[in-house]
Amino acid sequence: MNQQLTTQRNFDSMRKSLNTLGSSVSAIILALSICAVLLLVTGKDPFAAYSKILETGLTGEKLLEMLKRATPLIFSAIAVAIGFKMNLFNIGVEGQYLFAALIAAEMATHVSLPRPLHILFILVVAMVSGAAWASIAAFLKIARGVNEVISTIMLNYIALSFIQWLFESFFRDDSDGGLNVKTTKIAPSGRMPDLVHDRLNGMFIVALIVAFLYWIVVFRSRFGFRLRASGLNPIAARTAGIPANRMVLIALMLSGAVAGLIAMPAVIGDVYGYGPSAIATQFGFAGISVALLGRNHPLGIIGAALLFGFLDSTSAVLQLSGIPSSIVKVIQAIIVLVVVIVNEASSRRYNRRTAERAAADLKSQEVPQ
Amino acid sequence: MQSGSAKSSQTLSAESAHVVELANISKSFPGVIANRDISLQVARATIHAIVGENGAGKSTLMKILYGLHQPDSGTIAINGVITQFKSPSEAIAAGIGMVHQHFMLADNLTVLENIILGYEPTKYGVLSLGDARKRVKELATSIGVDLNLDLPISELGVGQRQRVEILKVLFRGAEILVLDEPTAVLVPQEVDELFTNLRKLVANGTTILFISHKLDEVLSISDQITVIRQGSTVSTVSPKMVDRLKLAELMVGSDLPSHGKRTTLVGEKIQLSTNKLTVLGKDRKNPVENVSFKIFESEIVGIAGVDGNGQFELCEALLGLVDIEGTVEIGGKDASKLSIRERLDQGLAYIPFDRHREGLMLAASLWENSLLGHETSLSRGPMIDFDAAKKSCREIIDRFGVMTPNELVPAFVLSGGNQQKLVVGRNLATAPKVLIAAHPTRGIDVGAQAAVWEEIRRSRDAGMSVLLVSADLEEVLGLSDRILVMFDGEISAELDPKSATPQILGKYMTGTQ
Repeated sequence: MNQQLTTQRNFDSMRKSLNTLGSSVSAIILALSICAVLLLVTGKDPFAAYSKILETGLTGEKLLEMLKRATPLIFSAIAVAIGFKMNLFNIGVEGQYLFAALIAAEMATHVSLPRPLHILFILVVAMVSGAAWASIAAFLKIARGVNEVISTIMLNYIALSFIQWLFESFFRDDSDGGLNVKTTKIAPSGRMPDLVHDRLNGMFIVALIVAFLYWIVVFRSRFGFRLRASGLNPIAARTAGIPANRMVLIALMLSGAVAGLIAMPAVIGDVYGYGPSAIATQFGFAGISVALLGRNHPLGIIGAALLFGFLDSTSAVLQLSGIPSSIVKVIQAIIVLVVVIVNEASSRRYNRRTAERAAADLKSQEVPQ
Repeated sequence: MQSGSAKSSQTLSAESAHVVELANISKSFPGVIANRDISLQVARATIHAIVGENGAGKSTLMKILYGLHQPDSGTIAINGVITQFKSPSEAIAAGIGMVHQHFMLADNLTVLENIILGYEPTKYGVLSLGDARKRVKELATSIGVDLNLDLPISELGVGQRQRVEILKVLFRGAEILVLDEPTAVLVPQEVDELFTNLRKLVANGTTILFISHKLDEVLSISDQITVIRQGSTVSTVSPKMVDRLKLAELMVGSDLPSHGKRTTLVGEKIQLSTNKLTVLGKDRKNPVENVSFKIFESEIVGIAGVDGNGQFELCEALLGLVDIEGTVEIGGKDASKLSIRERLDQGLAYIPFDRHREGLMLAASLWENSLLGHETSLSRGPMIDFDAAKKSCREIIDRFGVMTPNELVPAFVLSGGNQQKLVVGRNLATAPKVLIAAHPTRGIDVGAQAAVWEEIRRSRDAGMSVLLVSADLEEVLGLSDRILVMFDGEISAELDPKSATPQILGKYMTGTQ
């Protein structure tokens, strides 16, 4: 009986995972079909485009690029997902990571430490800076009830101008000459070693570690339970003694801390500093898509980040073969839209099935009154 | 009763005497019990009651009639014509109106606006409020309701809001009115008023389906009573032929549990007390004003009152959810400045008013729900101890008889009564010193109600103090050692349950004494 029950439970959890995976995969296929129609309408051959994507994307070089491009997306999506798990929409990841990038790059030049410590120092500074910027939105929410969607969006604009002012007034280092002005170059002791020379650096491993920690903290720990409970039913959580305000503060700061790592693959792995044109933007928004596609689950997020990284890595080649590279962005956007719709439909169906199965189980079990 | 439904469904004609005829309705429905072969005939211009325990299938049946669900088999005939409703709007078009247990009114719109909402009469595309007002006035007069149509809903009492709901449904042309537990929120005097209105409605030719589990009311208002148990119709009887006990036995299918008299004594130690407790209303009257009471060890103090007279805010104040003046003491120690967590750690437990709003995470599994509030004891270091949490949930399921296949299913698959048992179990499992039980048995069936009462009594005998907030006077009278009546934020009376009656309580609750 016990054995049977355990098997039954394993089935249940497997069914749920399969359901999730199945709906995501079918959403991707549906999205690709919609894009194919779009391509056809614009007079391009969708099969040529897709086979080009596969052909170029599946080479060793491009696969490394996929991993590289996935790295900041993993950080970004986890930052967003921490908020999502508590029903907080941190749209401010963009501002948080750019702010963190500048502060970390600058602070890195003011200390001299041996290699592993120097790197660690920079990562910690980045996380603290990201958390600090995110905490502004948290305080506004706690003290004045300002909706975090609005405050984080607004804080993005403030961050951009603030960063520009800080950089131009204090941190800019023109000694290098040239057009790409940056902060002072970070000493070799603060540079992240490469995994594959010039193609992929160690931040990819850090991203996997952060994804694992995210799973442990949010899905397995007591704190994570309180976080999720606050998201599932804030009033019930509060009634059960979970301090709502403190949870908002901690969740947003954690989210900001992870956001702080987004630019690190570039800051300590590529650019060795911060420069307005050297550090890529928009990762904060891409993270929302990746988190949605990955359904806030660490494995889902890694998978989604890899998919986006894969598509991104092929866009340059597409351009060369006469297919507009923006089709990649279109595919990504459609995938996210379709996933949201398909997820909603499939979770409704899943809930209905679960309820029906529970009723059927109960009937066969003959529970005594 | 063998009311040959198969036969009658063959003899349906346009001139059928039955306004509503459900024949052999079956439905495998997400939930715990489905409908099995239900047949029901409702005669024109009568009040037909449907009684049964919660989870017996009453709501499912009504949702099928209202087009919210489609039956797997069986037929619905309205005025003798077999119909299929794919949505509530089709049911409304066929003259069926539903008044839900939870009112669906817009607080900041006026009575008139609420009534015509979605069915606004227009002239040349322009809203014509004058016509609407005239029609609503006529409707209201015809059933003896006197309402100021220009008041915003937020200024109305519960009874009046219900009248607005009824008018809203009638305005849409309903000739068949489904009332889902209409008296659950009313005091006895309001119930009488409602019944007067309903009788007028019936005299005007409206047919009423009255869903309830309050047997006295059912017996006094209905022309016919259909009893449903575990998804099937047990019997259709005339109220003249049965008494309360007989009806209850039909519902439960066995002898009723009796009200046990307490054999233990009330203790001498004060476990929960307030002194001049006031909850400040931000831009309105203070919802709780100057409330002082003491509850002793092993004592149940009932708070009777019409919903919205400060009971909810009082509970929030005791828990530490709102700012207060005055003091709260738990176990003899001042708790006024403590956080919710600290108060819970002092031995306070809370069965909330609304299990969906304040109690459960519906999308989460049962074990996660029973873990809520007990994370600290069910952890190893900073990590949740999954095995211990699941085991603790299984214990609650066994002890409180929660009907569920296992502890892994999400909470939304349980019926209301079973959800409530889980919430009650979660709070009693840790043997708290003080229990605040707000409507501990609202909307749950007789069997589950008896089980919850029994558990509360058992914990009381073991020394637990209980503050019982309830609008169900039978519950307050049956469980309490002392009764406080709350009216308009203040304690208006202290009564002895041995000498109090629902009528006396009702007078204090409405402030007429």
